[in-house]
Amino acid sequence: MSAISASEKVDGFTRKSMRKAQKQRKSQGSSQYRTQSAPVELSPLPQLKDAPSTEQQELFTKKLQQCCMLFDFLDSVMDLKSKEIKRATLNELVDYVSTNRGVLVESTYPEITNMICTNIFRTLPPSDNPDFDPEEDEPTLEASWPHVQLVYEFLLRFLENPDFQPSIAKRHIDQKFVLQLLELFDSEDPRERDFLKTILHRIYGKFLGLRAFIRKQINNIFLRFIYETEHFNGVAELLEILGSIINGFALPLKAEHKQFLMKVLIPLHTAKGLALFHAQAYCVVQFLEKDPTLTEPVIRGLLKFWPKTCSQKEVMFLGEIEEILDVIEPTQFKKIQEPLFKQISKCVANPHFQVAERALYFWNNEYILSLIEENIDKVLPIMFGSLYRISKEHWNPTIVALVYNVLKTLMEMNCTLFDELTSSYKADRQQEKKKEQERDELWKKLDELRLSNTNLFQNNSRGLPCVQNNNNNNNNNSNNDNQDKSAEAAAVATDNKGPEVKDPDVSVAASESTPCAK
Amino acid sequence: MAGADGDDSLYPIAVLIDELRNEDVQLRLNSIKKLSTIALALGVERTRTELLPFLTDTIYDEDEVLLALAEQLGNFTMLPPLESLATVEETVVRDKAVESLRKISQEHSPVDLEVHFEPLVKRLASGDWFTSRTSACGLFSVCYPRVSSTVKAEIRQHFRTLCSDDTPMVRRAAASKLGEFAKVLELDYVKSDIISLFTALASDEQDSVRLLAVEACVSIATLLPQEDLETLVMPTLRQAAEDKSWRVRYMVADKFSEKAVGPEITKNDLVPAFQNLLKDCEAEVRAAAANKVKEFCENLPEDNREQIIMTHILPCVKELVSDTNQHVKSALASVIMGLSTILGKDNTIEHLLPLFLAQLKDECPEVRLNIISNLDCVNEVIGIRQLSQSLLPAIVELAEDAKWRVRLAIIEYMPLLAGQLGVEFFDEKLNTLCMAWLIDHVYAIREAATCNLMKLVEKFGAEWAQNTIVPKVLGMANDPNYLHRMTTLFCINALSEACGQDITTKQMLPVVLKMSNDQVANVRFNVAKSLQKIGPVLDSNALQTEVKPVLEKLATDTDMDVKYFAQEAISDVKLRSTNQSSAQDRPPLAALQNKVF
Repeated sequence: MSAISASEKVDGFTRKSMRKAQKQRKSQGSSQYRTQSAPVELSPLPQLKDAPSTEQQELFTKKLQQCCMLFDFLDSVMDLKSKEIKRATLNELVDYVSTNRGVLVESTYPEITNMICTNIFRTLPPSDNPDFDPEEDEPTLEASWPHVQLVYEFLLRFLENPDFQPSIAKRHIDQKFVLQLLELFDSEDPRERDFLKTILHRIYGKFLGLRAFIRKQINNIFLRFIYETEHFNGVAELLEILGSIINGFALPLKAEHKQFLMKVLIPLHTAKGLALFHAQAYCVVQFLEKDPTLTEPVIRGLLKFWPKTCSQKEVMFLGEIEEILDVIEPTQFKKIQEPLFKQISKCVANPHFQVAERALYFWNNEYILSLIEENIDKVLPIMFGSLYRISKEHWNPTIVALVYNVLKTLMEMNCTLFDELTSSYKADRQQEKKKEQERDELWKKLDELRLSNTNLFQNNSRGLPCVQNNNNNNNNNSNNDNQDKSAEAAAVATDNKGPEVKDPDVSVAASESTPCAK
Repeated sequence: MAGADGDDSLYPIAVLIDELRNEDVQLRLNSIKKLSTIALALGVERTRTELLPFLTDTIYDEDEVLLALAEQLGNFTMLPPLESLATVEETVVRDKAVESLRKISQEHSPVDLEVHFEPLVKRLASGDWFTSRTSACGLFSVCYPRVSSTVKAEIRQHFRTLCSDDTPMVRRAAASKLGEFAKVLELDYVKSDIISLFTALASDEQDSVRLLAVEACVSIATLLPQEDLETLVMPTLRQAAEDKSWRVRYMVADKFSEKAVGPEITKNDLVPAFQNLLKDCEAEVRAAAANKVKEFCENLPEDNREQIIMTHILPCVKELVSDTNQHVKSALASVIMGLSTILGKDNTIEHLLPLFLAQLKDECPEVRLNIISNLDCVNEVIGIRQLSQSLLPAIVELAEDAKWRVRLAIIEYMPLLAGQLGVEFFDEKLNTLCMAWLIDHVYAIREAATCNLMKLVEKFGAEWAQNTIVPKVLGMANDPNYLHRMTTLFCINALSEACGQDITTKQMLPVVLKMSNDQVANVRFNVAKSLQKIGPVLDSNALQTEVKPVLEKLATDTDMDVKYFAQEAISDVKLRSTNQSSAQDRPPLAALQNKVF
């Protein structure tokens, strides 16, 4: 037992940093598919630039074929010579397609795409760390990167080559190709995702026929991410691509695009990864700049998904709201000011000072200030209660100081309203309390009603229908109107063997009878 | 009750709906959860004409509220709001709505089912947005058995369409319900419809769909007669076992069960497939397959089971023992002992024992633990003695592991081990360990060690306790560390009942009473709690003459917690002396103790 220090024993949980340090050593994942038989040793081919031009094409094809050989990179000493040959060949190929004109003849397209597919399309390996957190953890890097990187580079040069012809390439770079490419966005390796981002963007630009398909598949990935797995490493990259795609949408916006905004982009805000939010806000603002009438549904959507427990996310939401307010039209502002400021007023009163602070910073924004001033008679009554209370109660002095400034600004905007609200503050609070009591009363009465009905039901099932009459009589005594309706509720509840299967009351009474019987 | 001043008409629909619409989410949620009460207040007619439309329209709410609504509606027979909820994006809401719909469908008569329910399913199945189509997938199987044959044909058609839906979400939903739907179909349609759907889904372009189809495979296979399996199911399964996606292979390994297919297929197809999974390049797949080793071997056809295991399975298993991945090893360790019953004594000693021994020395504690926790299987076949020489170092090492969870796990196996190894072996080798745990740095270990002592005493008897454990436990009462002194009290609490009145009164009680003068308040109030706990074991004479005065003294202690627990104990002891029988029924104060300590 002495071998282990006491402190280590007490603290059963190793620190995250320690675990990380241990992991660093093996942060490489395998990815290449298994059943390929042991690689044949490669022998170097002559350089392309040394070959006579008549033989270049054939040599190019041969080299492409040579590069289809895959190697195991988890074993770092295996096939060193062949790996080096492939690396040099890939480098040469990259160079060849980026500097030479006229090398992309039609017959090479299948060979080129075949080489690319063989190398990059693979099922991503299971993550070393099932709870991988992109913000905290070191990503597992792709072990075969020395080769894969060059293949990506080659694909990019191929797409960017001035001789590249989408009309020929579309036979190979088709929907299936795109689908496999999109799956790779889940890679944990940020270097890979970065390449994929550029490549997909190029494909989107060059293949008009694939555009709708690409958008739809990205939708599917997002929907799966939001509602099924909550895990996909490439969401931020895909959003970046979408940002520039949205930028190019023609007006008026198609229904498909609006649907994407409301059904995908807004729900995406429920995701936990904060890194996503920057790209999201950008996309949302892009949409609103295109079509301001979308402001209301967007803001209502954000309010629906407003974070309840995660303060950090709340700060991000407030940031996004400010970005939206920066571009909002005054007419749109009028439509959402009420629900929006109710939320802002809650944020201002948030005990977490960063949330309160971020919300109060809205009052430093000239444009927002002008919007508030224009609608001060609506905004002030909503904000006043929280601000007034916080100015007396918040624990953080910075917040209190900020609140005083805000109150002062608001007072200057409409002094009379401000005074009215100050003087009615107490009465309003009491009104609220009274309402609260009324609610409790109401529920108490409803519960009693339920109890008595349950009793009725039980009594009745024991064959004592007279209780029901008593109850009805009582009801009638103190009843002013709608007698029949009140009686009906009780009557139905007792009619437990009635033919009406659809009576909710019957099933209610039946289902309630057990918990209420004491 | 309600009759006195209650007046249902005071709750006009507007007020109730106001509640359901309150700005505060929490209040809205509360109201929804009491929907049945609201409906009761409104009566049937108004519930149907006023509340129902309101619920159907206002489904634009926070998902949490919708979830509560979906659950509540399962108690009503209100289809329209549930139909709306079944189209919501949030999966939990939708699933709950489907669950409620399935529940309600059982209350429909066949006629109602065709008139009201089935059209709803059809509407969902042909909805524009994928959510309604996903929901529909879960509803087919509940209405299919009870509708006419024309409607049945329509339902099959809808299911077919959804299986080739262009969104993967819907295909996933369809694939996950394929097995369930197959079960309610007539055999001919299983063969004609389900098999082709299964084949198509199992070769879907997305691996997330393919793997769900594999899951359905098991239930489909049980439905088909043996002779059809080879042609209808096996080609697809073979292909899935070699799928390029490790997720699909994992699913095959995880669901591997040859119960469904006949012995011939097992021999020709499944054994090689299983071997491949055990040798898979992804650790996840190997681990899933390793987990199935015992089950697989058990279900092999008996006539040549031993031969198949020895020539085909065991070589793979041997390799897994030294796998590079610890999850694979520990999955194997949790089932490998089970093979001994299948292979019999000689094979176990010759082939399995070396593997067990190797795993007992594994660097990963989980592997060793898994072996130890399954010792009983081997005990039956070859007796634990064969292992005991290797067992001991393994146990000692785990007992001193740096991770307290590992120590905790091994403590839990102690009573089992003690039973199998016998009292002599235990006294000689393990007793020291058990006592050492009592002074562990981690409370959870000390607590488990206390509980362990109790189980050991139950196993070896009071006399053994008196000779080996009790003196050591009582000795700790003089320890300078108050935590160790408290451990004495906890042990006494645990042991008093098993040790009986004699030992408790003569040996334990004096120590407890002496500790009431301890300078640490925590010890003193634990004395009060201990006295309360051991009270029932003591005779009433000791209670009155010895326990009561001490408790009364503690009740005047300067520390308020000591006072509180002393008073609790006094009232409990009093109750006991006046009314023996009802005192026995009193619930233990465990909950209270947890709260305070």
